[in-house]
Amino acid sequence: MLRFLLRRLAVLIPTFIGVSIIAFSFIRMLPGDPVALLSGERVMSPERHAEISHQLGFDRPIVIQYLDYLWGVLRGDFGTSISTKGSVLEQFLQLFPATLELSICAIIVAIVLGIPAGIFAAIKRGSFFDQSVMGAALVGYSMPIFWWGLLLIILFSGILQWTPVSGRISLMFFFPQVTGFMLIDSLLSGQEGAFKSAVSHLILPTIVLATIPLAVIARQTRSAMLEVLGEDYVRTARAKGLSPFRVVGVHALRNAMIPVITTIGLQVGVLMAGAILTETIFSWPGIGKWMVDSVFRRDYPVIQGGLLIIAGIIMLVNLVVDLLYGLINPRIRH
Amino acid sequence: MIRKLTFAAALLAATALAGAANAKTFVYCSEASPEGFDPGLYTGGNTFDASAHPVYNRLLEFKKGTTEVEPGLAESYEVSDDGLQYTFKLRQGVKFQTTDFFTPTREFNADDVIFSFERPWKEDNPWHKYVEGASWEYFAGMGMPELLDKIEKVDDHTVRFTLKRKEAPFLANVAMPFASILSKEYADKLQADGKMNQMNQMPLGTGPFTFVGYQQDAVIRYKANPDYWGGKQPIDDLVFAITTDAAVRYQKLKAGECHLMPYPNAADVASMKADPSLKISEQEGLNVAYLAYNATQAPFDKVEVRKALNMAINKQAIVDAVFQGAATPAKNPIPPTMWSYNDAIEDDKYDPEAAKAALEAAGVKDLSMKVWAMPVARPYMLNARRAAELIQSDFDKIGVKVEIVSYEWAEYLDKSKAKDRDGAVILGWTGDNGDPDNFLDTLLGCDAVGGNNRAQWCNKEFDDLVTKAKEASDQAERTKLYEEAQVVFKREAPWATLDHSLAIVPMRKEVQGFVQSPLGDFTFDGVDLAE
Amino acid sequence: MVQTTAIEPVSLDPSRRRRLADFWYYFSENRGAVIGLWVFVILVALALLAPLIAPHAPNAQYRDAVLLPPVWLDGGNAGYLLGTDAVGRDMLSRLLYGARFSLFIGVVVTTLALVGGIVVGVFAGYVGGWVDTVIMRVMDIILAFPSLLLALVLVAVLGPGLTNAMIAIALVLQPHFVRLTRAAVMAEKSREYVIAARVAGAGPMRLMFRTILPNCMAPLIVQATLSFSNAILDAAALGFLGMGAQPPTPEWGTMLAEAREFILRAWWVVTFPGLAILITVLAINLMGDGLRDALDPKLKRS
Repeated sequence: MLRFLLRRLAVLIPTFIGVSIIAFSFIRMLPGDPVALLSGERVMSPERHAEISHQLGFDRPIVIQYLDYLWGVLRGDFGTSISTKGSVLEQFLQLFPATLELSICAIIVAIVLGIPAGIFAAIKRGSFFDQSVMGAALVGYSMPIFWWGLLLIILFSGILQWTPVSGRISLMFFFPQVTGFMLIDSLLSGQEGAFKSAVSHLILPTIVLATIPLAVIARQTRSAMLEVLGEDYVRTARAKGLSPFRVVGVHALRNAMIPVITTIGLQVGVLMAGAILTETIFSWPGIGKWMVDSVFRRDYPVIQGGLLIIAGIIMLVNLVVDLLYGLINPRIRH
Repeated sequence: MIRKLTFAAALLAATALAGAANAKTFVYCSEASPEGFDPGLYTGGNTFDASAHPVYNRLLEFKKGTTEVEPGLAESYEVSDDGLQYTFKLRQGVKFQTTDFFTPTREFNADDVIFSFERPWKEDNPWHKYVEGASWEYFAGMGMPELLDKIEKVDDHTVRFTLKRKEAPFLANVAMPFASILSKEYADKLQADGKMNQMNQMPLGTGPFTFVGYQQDAVIRYKANPDYWGGKQPIDDLVFAITTDAAVRYQKLKAGECHLMPYPNAADVASMKADPSLKISEQEGLNVAYLAYNATQAPFDKVEVRKALNMAINKQAIVDAVFQGAATPAKNPIPPTMWSYNDAIEDDKYDPEAAKAALEAAGVKDLSMKVWAMPVARPYMLNARRAAELIQSDFDKIGVKVEIVSYEWAEYLDKSKAKDRDGAVILGWTGDNGDPDNFLDTLLGCDAVGGNNRAQWCNKEFDDLVTKAKEASDQAERTKLYEEAQVVFKREAPWATLDHSLAIVPMRKEVQGFVQSPLGDFTFDGVDLAE
Repeated sequence: MVQTTAIEPVSLDPSRRRRLADFWYYFSENRGAVIGLWVFVILVALALLAPLIAPHAPNAQYRDAVLLPPVWLDGGNAGYLLGTDAVGRDMLSRLLYGARFSLFIGVVVTTLALVGGIVVGVFAGYVGGWVDTVIMRVMDIILAFPSLLLALVLVAVLGPGLTNAMIAIALVLQPHFVRLTRAAVMAEKSREYVIAARVAGAGPMRLMFRTILPNCMAPLIVQATLSFSNAILDAAALGFLGMGAQPPTPEWGTMLAEAREFILRAWWVVTFPGLAILITVLAINLMGDGLRDALDPKLKRS
């Protein structure tokens, strides 16, 4: 196991350096001049422009800038935002819990609904239930979620007025950020109604973000189950007269879960991409919206820092998934 | 008891906003996160709304609802005969805010003023580069470093500024957000503690509201400053709920989750007006959108050609399609809320036939040109693309082919400066300090060619008038000069003036005492909520 | 590479015809796939015939008919079946022309990604060694970013616009093809028929593209349909974020972005473009499922 881990890490490090090079060089290729944007319509004198570029270090050779940047990253310094002049890492850490909270809720919804739906669909293959679940999953899988979010807002916030339109909690609640997770902080605050308010704000974004992972997980679970159910040992178990639940619960499920876990791991990237759209639609103060805003603001350090951190997280999650996979399925380790 | 938990939340929110007897909370759905809380470092209006206006004061302030200045932290000022020295008498007994993070031990005095101006000005000031990339954009943009000669403390309550040249708009500059007065005592303490960054995160000033906390991209909280020299505010708590999407802001306003919002979608205004729980305040913004020809390039170097094209543009159609009526067609380069606006000027009439004839008379045939459309929405032009398409079809009617081009915003600003630029540029300007100089000289003066003067238009007569007006200190005289300059502008037509947008501020019925600022600021001192 | 016509024996022999029949049998077993295919064919027809059947030019503005609702609602006008948008353009016509863009995006992106992916993948798989390692590391790097985020930044680098959006999306989709191709090539490389071909003197190019590749087409075809729908979705998402096709192009995502401000006043300008995206993507995915089912038994058999 340790050798497996070490080997995976050995692959991870060059990949991470590659990611950092890409993140860094992309940003330098962005057209548009972040220094000039500082003054908007007002034109900046060339001397001032040069002075500020110098202050920001943009006038040094690009390789030096990169090495300097990498050295900073290794020490945990991801640079300073041009527009807010605050630390990129600090901003990331402030906003990340919001994205994490939303993503966790979405993946939980996706797993809790998707896996049972997939299992039952597989057991009752060809039934009406199977067909409707798979039909719904295909629609979900094909959904342009930015449009889906707008529709939900029109319906639930506009017409029915059941859910709030945006944000993480009603403004009347004010309590210190302890964990950064609104659900937990609202409970800790002890304020009446705070938790409910946090939940009500989470519902629509969670639905939107969960849509695609839910569809993918349901489909994957179903096909993995079908495959396992068709294998000899399951048939034998059935033939021996074991109850279907026992067959499914004990024998089939464990083996079917291997590809499903991989699928869930792969959803992390999907969730991040989804977060970009979901957060934009619901004004959710998280990483996705932060990145989009920064792209429009040409905030180089934020874009490159954000890209790097996000890619790093995804790589780590994939590593964990690989390890889990190795644990469940020892054959893969060698 | 409760069917839907969201219903419960709505109920709770409603009772909270109705104002529990003990604390009045005013919620403002602001349109963007502040860049930071040190107004000297930034240029965004929303940053000033969150820092300069609630927390700080300036020596002079803009009189509510006007572009005129009135005493603020300075009770009075004198200008020397040569127009170079400005002596400010400071208000006495002004306390800095007491907060969780700092308790002041002395009152406001001349040291604070000198500190506040030296910080962006003197490179050896320890605060000059206290955050990475501090560029003091507005201070530099308004030309303060070149203008200031020295600042002296005459006594604890008197400060004298000496300028290098005569410049009447200086007084308006002093009232601008970047000139907010900070506490030197607070600064010294932060410096001693090695926490200088905190100046940009936890602001402390003399203003009507005390900063309480900021949750990034979500909420900013303030409470009324009990020691405010202008008296305690009628509301107790002020909350900024950051809501970037206009449709969402409207939803929140309707639901009673906030009391007032900026920048509604033009499409929503009609239904807002019809909503009995809302009311609307509107005023022309301090801005102008224009189509700047390149006056150095043929055939646009001919006045007749520019005039002819101007006649072909249906401005009302642009106002209708882009703003759904929330703008007025512009005839002058300065907005009507600004002093010296020349209302006697008559606009070019929209007349495609006459335009076509004028173009032929000027000997121009088969003209094809580029029209540049900005890639971003600005207050003065919400959708330049849409406007460009309308201009395209207008020009098509007089036989002029238009190709619409666009670039990424920073690139757009940069490329459009070029003296040999090909095509006419849609752009605009939002005033900084309410002084006509800030439009007429900044955008159309000869010095600005190759820079802010996107028409690349240098007219001696016009330039002389605005330069003279800049140096004169008598307001009546300045007004006359600027009125004349507008006549020259209209005659020469370097731009097609397109529109001044209307700033529309929807708020709930119970909001009282909100005064719209022609400068586009959102200030909440004096605002109250009816029971 | 050119002298390939000499041994081209299998082109229309009975076995291939039977394989096609087989394929169609399995494909048509899947009702969804057939429906998807029909919808797709109709979409293609609509897109091709857009200039003939669209009642108006897609960018023609009728300034006296701004934000008209669809014909079946009060205030609707028979001249504008699905209503008009904020500058008085006919929604139906724009949607029809939009179909051209979406399908075009799908075709171009998939082709780019497929061809690029195959070439790189075959190369990596066949050559092996450090070349393979480097290529696969680069693919890992691309896959380490969330695809939409990477595409967003790429488009920001290249400049907003449809062409650049397509390039960006093709680039982020392409590693999947590389991986698939490489894996298949690695698996096939040591098989007898390949060794036989090599012994018979086939050059490496011929070996890679004519001998090995046709035998690993099935997973690539399935991946290609997936990419087709992903490309349409991602392009629409970029358009929605303001980074894809630029107005007044009647691309569906861009139309949605433009319509967002009218969400509470004119539901039709928001609803129809999104519905169009959903239907198109759904049809393609249905076909994709059918394709997979139809190709799958053969995958197992081989």
